[in-house]
Amino acid sequence: MELNVAGKTINLTDDGYLADLSQWDKDVAFAIAKEEEVTLTDAHFKVIEWIQNQFKSGEALSVRGIKGSGVIDIKEFYALFPGGPLKKATRIAGIPKPKSCI
Amino acid sequence: MKNLVILGAGTAGTMMANHLNHKLSKNDWRITIVDQYKTHYYQPGFLFLPFDTYTEDQVKKDKKKFIPKGVNYIQKKIEKILPSDNKVELEGEVLNYDILIVATGAKIAPEEIDGMKGTNWHKNVFDFYTFEGAVALRNKLREFKGGKMVVHFTEMPIKCPVAPLEFVFLADSYFTKKGMRDKVDLTYVTPLGGAFTKPKATEALSYLLKEKNIKVVTDFAIESVDNDNNQILDYEGREVPYDILVTVPTNMGDDVIKRSGMGDDLNFIPTNHFTLQSEAHENVFVIGDASNVPASKAGSVAHFQAETLTDNILLYIDGKPLKEEFDGHANCFIETGHGKGLLIDFNYKQEPVEGKFPLPVVGPMSLLKETRLNHFGKMAFKWIYWNMLLKGIPIPLVSRNMSKLGKKLD
Repeated sequence: MELNVAGKTINLTDDGYLADLSQWDKDVAFAIAKEEEVTLTDAHFKVIEWIQNQFKSGEALSVRGIKGSGVIDIKEFYALFPGGPLKKATRIAGIPKPKSCI
Repeated sequence: MKNLVILGAGTAGTMMANHLNHKLSKNDWRITIVDQYKTHYYQPGFLFLPFDTYTEDQVKKDKKKFIPKGVNYIQKKIEKILPSDNKVELEGEVLNYDILIVATGAKIAPEEIDGMKGTNWHKNVFDFYTFEGAVALRNKLREFKGGKMVVHFTEMPIKCPVAPLEFVFLADSYFTKKGMRDKVDLTYVTPLGGAFTKPKATEALSYLLKEKNIKVVTDFAIESVDNDNNQILDYEGREVPYDILVTVPTNMGDDVIKRSGMGDDLNFIPTNHFTLQSEAHENVFVIGDASNVPASKAGSVAHFQAETLTDNILLYIDGKPLKEEFDGHANCFIETGHGKGLLIDFNYKQEPVEGKFPLPVVGPMSLLKETRLNHFGKMAFKWIYWNMLLKGIPIPLVSRNMSKLGKKLD
């Protein structure tokens, strides 16, 4: 799958997540957020940056991780990404979807 | 004389004791394995115990039976690992080691969620990841007259991530057989985005839940268990009521990892994904559920890891570079109820797909497809576990690294 944003072609996995975080920028985030019906604000980008840094250091996004983040609490996390914050926040941040084995 | 110490005599530790007992020279190396518990449980059997498919005796044996003669077996509590001093403190004894293998596993931590281990624990709130939980649940199901059963897991990672799905499928089968399926409302509650989360599996298997009339609640990050009103609550304020809650609590590494300051948030030890050497200490290796590698926490994974780790221990002793070989290979039978099952074979990179296993075309097992043979495979696995797997005997045609042969790949 592919996504076209501002003249660039972004590669997506079969489930619509970014295949490569290095292709992520704010335009990509806005385009995906629109599909997820989330209007991005500075508060969102603060969380996105934290999620991306965690991912780069090998930590998967989890509710437990949010709890200990010091950036945001869980209620605020839900308020920013209502109706499935883990799957929405990861998709907008350009990191893999939280998965099980099937 | 040098010392190799294995902590934990579960699936992974026992396999390593058996492998290394054959490989290390008895003149140069003393192998010691430590575990405080006497009983080895066949953990996959905990899925069948609640439904009276297995008896209590079928899922437990003496640990000692599986530790080879020539390996020093100490049944004591491990107080602390001191990796900077190459020492392990046990109750009233200190062990020195040249090489340490940590195989202390993972366990449920219901105390992580408010109210989970509350007044109704093992009364109408059950786990099935412990022998005690599975037996208490079996006793409850024997007398259950009907109502709402909710099957739930708290957060990833958990041991055998498909087990809660298998549980709800088997519950459908069990209540149907008892002639009371119409009296039981089954709901599956997951913190993830769906009951299935990988594209091929979602496409191939989503029909199962509809066919079995199982409701699904997704994206449910549990905040608490409300024992007064018999419901679970999530951070968004959603409520799911139950008469019986079957939950998989948070899974964490052993407390000794925390006491030793060697783990992450969940007490799992940061470990090289491909060599299984610990990130922090070059003479400490980690196998099975105790590590933080992003493979499934499952016996098959430990089995494949054991082959790579055995080679790497020998390479380490010889001062040679380690093999970056382990690929996250897992191979799991999944019960779908009514005498059928699935088989999946995958690794870090390759998601489960359809195909044949272990041989292309002829199989005889089918991947990602419900068949009776896959169910028989799961049932036969208990014998393989006790008689081959723990003893480190290779399983014919099943290699440590995942094979692409027979798989339908794009």
